Amino acid sequence: MAEDRARFEYLLRLGDNSLVLGQRLCETLGNAPALEEEMALVNIALDLIGQARLFLSYAGEIEGEGRDEDTLAYRRDVPDFRCALIVELPNGDFAHTIGRLFLVAAFNHELYGALQHAADPRIAAIAEKSLKEVTYHLRHAGEWVIRLGDGTEESHRRMQQALEDLWMYTGELFAPDAVDLAMRTAGVAPDLDLLRDGWNRRIDRVLAEATLRRPADGWMQSGGKDGRMHTEHLGYILAEMQFLPRAYPDARAW
Amino acid sequence: MTENDWPLYEIFIRPRNGLAHRHVGSLHAPDPEMAIEMARDLYTRRGEGSSIWAVPSSAIAASSPDEKASLFEPAEDKDYRYPTHYKIPSDVKNM
Amino acid sequence: MYTQGLDGDIGPVREAETADEKALEARFQAKIDAEIRIEPDDWMPEGYRRTLIRQISQHAHSEIVGMLPEGNWVTRAPTLRRKAILLAKIQDEAGHGLYLYSACETLGVERAELVEQLLAGKAKYSSIFNYPTLSWADVGMIGWLVDGAAIMNQVPLQRCSYGPYARAMVRICKEESFHQRQGYEIVMTLAEGTPEQRRMVQESLDRWWWPALMMFGPPDSDSVHTAQSMKWKIKRVTNDELRQKFVDVTVPQAERLGLRIPDPELKWNPERGHYDFGPVPWEEFWRVIKGDGPCNRERLAQRRRAHEEGRWVREAALAHAEKRRLRSRAA
Repeated sequence: MAEDRARFEYLLRLGDNSLVLGQRLCETLGNAPALEEEMALVNIALDLIGQARLFLSYAGEIEGEGRDEDTLAYRRDVPDFRCALIVELPNGDFAHTIGRLFLVAAFNHELYGALQHAADPRIAAIAEKSLKEVTYHLRHAGEWVIRLGDGTEESHRRMQQALEDLWMYTGELFAPDAVDLAMRTAGVAPDLDLLRDGWNRRIDRVLAEATLRRPADGWMQSGGKDGRMHTEHLGYILAEMQFLPRAYPDARAW
Repeated sequence: MTENDWPLYEIFIRPRNGLAHRHVGSLHAPDPEMAIEMARDLYTRRGEGSSIWAVPSSAIAASSPDEKASLFEPAEDKDYRYPTHYKIPSDVKNM
Repeated sequence: MYTQGLDGDIGPVREAETADEKALEARFQAKIDAEIRIEPDDWMPEGYRRTLIRQISQHAHSEIVGMLPEGNWVTRAPTLRRKAILLAKIQDEAGHGLYLYSACETLGVERAELVEQLLAGKAKYSSIFNYPTLSWADVGMIGWLVDGAAIMNQVPLQRCSYGPYARAMVRICKEESFHQRQGYEIVMTLAEGTPEQRRMVQESLDRWWWPALMMFGPPDSDSVHTAQSMKWKIKRVTNDELRQKFVDVTVPQAERLGLRIPDPELKWNPERGHYDFGPVPWEEFWRVIKGDGPCNRERLAQRRRAHEEGRWVREAALAHAEKRRLRSRAA
């Protein structure tokens, strides 16, 4: 794969993961279990949208066809998105919302930790900034996983169920493909196996404290990050997110 | 009466190193760690702080206003505690 | 972003009777007159405390309910920059609601109780948030008109006689300074955009203008508690004064963009040095306040649902805290 093409694809993955997860968290507005938690979730959404803008802007520049962050966010359809399936999943109850955030933040934490040393100074700089943010996301989500896991009988059951439901979407994050390999060769992307070790340690530590059971590794769904087969949810996410630019195609500014 | 809300914490923030923590308000949180997490979102959205304290409101002992006279008025006649008590000739500099 | 002094009933208040009480009340008023702030543990008349609880809680509720109409557009913001700005703004509003509940709690009332009153439909909040946001222009309109009106009301509240409320307002005013500007920027961009965008923004102004004028509360002639609130320096400017000021500054801003204010009677009066404007539809105002606005039910239903669905989470967190407390004691 041509390196620029791989770099573009790789940046779309980073940008789309943040964008779609951020979009999902926007949906929690007005629905959080406590006002203080509403503040936290909106804060995290804000961080994620900020990351998406940085990654997508750079992706557009690498591509060199004049697409900016908004063209990429608002004018692509489902097959051209490169987010992992896990970020597309509906929020569900608070255990699902926080469980998904926890699993993804733990991945992002490892990933950005590695990417801040990438042989691409722009990616390294974005990763360094984003690492501070996801460190907080991870701590926040982790604290909640512990409280729900080791809270009441009901919260334990819900949290365990959320993990079971989400687990089959975690494999995709660590399964390397041609884009990952090309970026690894270019000194940008880290070894996903090493990343998984760090992720596993973190997850296991939190689950132990939360008295939760780590779900068994079974069949892992994939198809998001390479755009081969997204979930049905993504189309609705885009329909909502892209409504205005699509409905007013002549508008040049908002 | 209503259901139990999370307990109330008083939040103190040090705006930057070298200054004392200052009371900024309160919030409800289930425990001290979460209180600090939430204080970060609530009181430092614009990077206002370098350090956060969260103290259970119930742990704060306050002087009652009725005792105000006995607590504060004696200090007012100990004016030797204040620099203006001392007459220093104006040609003495950097005092 | 709260506005109207909804001088609701605070119930019967016992008058000062004994000489001691009268002396306390005189000393209290002397402090107010001398611009000395009242702090939580200071003696205060029962009416003062209740008036404050009512006003601060209404203000807090307004911030919290006020997140919903704008939140309605967060997932549909037309650019990522707009999405980020809107999120930051709504987050500020949640924060302001919490600062205000916190100020209210210093008066000896628990937040849970205030929230319960809101969810039970017994508390009031700004009537403006019972109107729907139907287009993206409404997000701009809320920033420009609603936050603009709120700033006018909140700036004098920074000098409110009650310390915790005044301090919360200082913080809120500082943080809200960008809210109106981002709204006007949206309105301006649409007004200077395509014919469709222009139509969108004019249609929005047509819907929001009168509700925005109602935000300052009923006319002074119908505002029974205004005199007392002014004497206590809880309120510093009357509803009608603020409304006039709002019209005076907003009309030129609309003209600058070529937008039409939907009031045929609106006219500059050189003798008064103010704009004259047509009658505010007060019957609509009272209907919305009493619960029959377009979205009253939906707004409260959403808050109630979030509260109910969050119960198991709040309980879990408390249960966990208790377990940890017991464990640390056992260790």
